[in-house]
Amino acid sequence: MSTMALGTRTGLRGFPTLLGTETRLWLRDAGTVFYAVVFPTVLIVGLGLAIPGMREPITDAPEPWLGITPIAFYGPVALATAVASIALTTFPSYVATFREKGVLRRLSTTPMRPQGLVLAHLVISLGALLVAAGLAVVVGGIAFGLPVPASAGIVLLSFVLCVLSMFGVGAVIAALTPRATTANAFGMLIYFPMLFFAGMWTPGPVMPEGVAEVARFTPLGAATQAMNAGWFTGDVPGLQLVVMAAWSAVLLPVASRYFRWS
Amino acid sequence: MTSPAPATGALSETATGPVVEVRTLRKSYPGPRGAGRKVAVEDVSFSVAPGEIFGILGPNGAGKTTTVECLAGLRTADAGQVRILGTDPQQHPEAIKDVVGVQLQEAELSPRITVREAMRLFASFYEDPADPDELLALLDLVAQRDVRFSRLSGGQKQRLSIALALVGRPRVAILDELTTGLDPAARRATWDLIERVRDSGVTILLVTHFMDEAERLCDRLVIIDHGRVVAEGTPAELIEQVDAERTVVLRLAAEDVTRAVAALDGLPEVSGVAAAGRRVEVTGSRRVLFAVVQALAAHDVVPDDVATTARTLEDVFVHHTGRPYEEPAADAITKGARS
Repeated sequence: MSTMALGTRTGLRGFPTLLGTETRLWLRDAGTVFYAVVFPTVLIVGLGLAIPGMREPITDAPEPWLGITPIAFYGPVALATAVASIALTTFPSYVATFREKGVLRRLSTTPMRPQGLVLAHLVISLGALLVAAGLAVVVGGIAFGLPVPASAGIVLLSFVLCVLSMFGVGAVIAALTPRATTANAFGMLIYFPMLFFAGMWTPGPVMPEGVAEVARFTPLGAATQAMNAGWFTGDVPGLQLVVMAAWSAVLLPVASRYFRWS
Repeated sequence: MTSPAPATGALSETATGPVVEVRTLRKSYPGPRGAGRKVAVEDVSFSVAPGEIFGILGPNGAGKTTTVECLAGLRTADAGQVRILGTDPQQHPEAIKDVVGVQLQEAELSPRITVREAMRLFASFYEDPADPDELLALLDLVAQRDVRFSRLSGGQKQRLSIALALVGRPRVAILDELTTGLDPAARRATWDLIERVRDSGVTILLVTHFMDEAERLCDRLVIIDHGRVVAEGTPAELIEQVDAERTVVLRLAAEDVTRAVAALDGLPEVSGVAAAGRRVEVTGSRRVLFAVVQALAAHDVVPDDVATTARTLEDVFVHHTGRPYEEPAADAITKGARS
């Protein structure tokens, strides 16, 4: 039927243009770019240089910590920060702004689905956090000689699950908040406790046992504990991996099911 | 006004059938916090012929935007039928999006996107888009090509919004309150533009709360009030229907006023005489002008000025609803029933 051909649509025609345009617009926002991409590196370099003793090898702790410089514990924390900054703040804020400003509604009247815009921002966010994480590890490695992970596979698996579970949290915020200010408020409300449980202020073995017990059931706490295990001991962090998988399995479908398109 | 509905669900290629058909449309929204549902559209029917500029006119909250949102496939109606080019946008929202261009109220773009980027982006969504540069020239936006959305003036944003609605070469363009917030010169320029777009073969559905805009621009229109159609026709037809009563305004020499009022009051054609200073307003039947002139001539009163007041769509609204049409300030539009 030639008449139907008029209305036939691919749903994502124009997606490459959309992704390219949104990437340019994303990069134009200097504040977001700094916070999302550069902040984790600044964190690890700043702590390493500013706090005395960070670069002195530990002499008074048992294996596996003996001989490791304390700044090394900030390797996993920096990776977790890279994921959390983008998943909890920039991504939900962008999506909520699109909803608030009527951009999603406007797209609904064109052959491009509004889902395409959310997808484009997931791609941009993933790209940005990979750059942020890579930058932090490389610069940290050069500046402070971070140790090579005992098990790169466990670190990588932990990182992937960290991304999935944290984007689960971010996506639920993005799905449900009507306004950008609300999205930012919820994001920040969760961001700092998450960083606390990730060990921002008590990294690696410094975290008190009681806090660590709670932290391993939060997505970001489980992520740094799992990455610590992979990085410094090579043990399989079974509980932490299951915790992150469980958060992902619950939050991502919830976000998808309850996403408000207008 | 009703035409037979096309039998198929496919986009109709015929040039004669209605482009847009709405029949007994009804749409309500849930009230806040479980309160009773608010009916936005009670009962709306109309049909739009190819190549028309068709107006949906009514005060704020009348149900205009809800009606076109159902047409654009953004909302699902509770009851009634909606067809665009023979296709039901409720059932096949994806089928109409290549051929219907929509300009929404309160829809913004990313603040950092430039005019040129926005045009390229929206053009990429369509199968056979118009040339973005040509459209920008038509909409007088060439000089703003590299300006970011956040730095555009209200009029420039509005023109860009229209350009984006047209970039997919639509056969139907739905324009919602397109001149709200524009200064008078920009409004007139926009009206000329809409006529040029119509002349290029696009059927236009124009939503407006401005009486003068509807009167100036629309080939036909419906007036909607409280979710119902209260009148339908060409602006001239609608005005003629309520034009039973005429008004003549006289300006007289001060010493003639009392004499003239006495002469005019009580004439069979005259239903009312009101004097204010030297100004005398006489209302009456269709022949009131003749009666006034003859009576003044008989009393040798020579008026300085005689004017008949023109009827407008505002009188049509008053006639059908029994209350005055209050046009809100253009920058103080409040939206009801928005989720």
